[in-house]
Amino acid sequence: MWWARLLNSIAALYGTGAVASTTAYESIATVTVGSGGSSTITFSSIPNTYTHLQIRGIHRAGSSGTGATDVYLYYNGDTTNTHYYAHQLYGTGSSAGAGSANSPVNAMATVNNGATGSVFAACVVDILDFANNNKYKTLRTLSGVDTNNTNGFIELTSTLWSNTAAITDISITPANGTNWQQFSQFSLYGVK
Amino acid sequence: MASTYTPIATSTLSSASNLVTFNSISGTYTDLILISSVKPTTSGSGYINLQFNSDTSASYSRTYLNGNGSTASSGRNTGETGAYIYGNAIVASPSTFITQIQNYSNTTTYKTLLTRTNDTSNIVAAFVNLWRATSAITRIDINCVADTFASGSTFTLYGIKAA
Repeated sequence: MWWARLLNSIAALYGTGAVASTTAYESIATVTVGSGGSSTITFSSIPNTYTHLQIRGIHRAGSSGTGATDVYLYYNGDTTNTHYYAHQLYGTGSSAGAGSANSPVNAMATVNNGATGSVFAACVVDILDFANNNKYKTLRTLSGVDTNNTNGFIELTSTLWSNTAAITDISITPANGTNWQQFSQFSLYGVK
Repeated sequence: MASTYTPIATSTLSSASNLVTFNSISGTYTDLILISSVKPTTSGSGYINLQFNSDTSASYSRTYLNGNGSTASSGRNTGETGAYIYGNAIVASPSTFITQIQNYSNTTTYKTLLTRTNDTSNIVAAFVNLWRATSAITRIDINCVADTFASGSTFTLYGIKAA
């Protein structure tokens, strides 16, 4: 928009400023975990009016460990692990590594509940061309946590779902079988 | 559905500076995204970090994953006075940093940042930073330590609001 460009130009002259504009990036739904915890976060009936999806969140899971742990991400209720394949590139704070699994276990990393109480992991998950029914689906993630001790973890992952169906439902589950903890929050966005 | 991913503020330096500030950030959004395209005044001299709400105490830590063209490595630092989104001195002009500041306005959790760092002369990296404070972030100082950001460096702050 011409007025946004004009305001940007003016802002640039003064080194700062504020401009608002419309975008093709829309908020679809948010889940915030309450005091009882939740074993799975689910987004259902996702409209196919977008081209790509993004999930953004902060989260921690329920085991007593103090470091990072894995997360499963399933589509359309398909919990057969062998329908998924994941690769990861990660750093533990002391070494870098890479791995793979014939499951969606490396969809992202979260932090165990033994970490300092106010520490939450974060993630940004992109699911590309999710409504296209001619392609297998690919997810990519940047996620990690720093716990202010020796248990930091950062990873880049990619997960294939060997299915051409349009994605209509997504579930996100801690791999250690515990609950998402209170204040964990996942938000789903659509990109047109 | 509500459109979001809104540009909040942008800064393009017309002269060298070691500090860029975004102040009075409203709590309207859920996440912030900071995109920095940095030209170092002296290549290989300066470091970039973020400070929140003028907190200069040693309450920042980081874990990172680096690739330098031949080797992947990981490390971590704690007790730092800023959130370093790159561990090396900035070489490439520009070097780019995309920083996700999740749930910046909640007053319950410490703040976790994710950054993808690209210094094309040197290193590609991913960083996760922790700021050990539960305060809502209302101010971001982007510091160049031991150098200055050169004229033409750009910094843009976006807000994303969840449904």
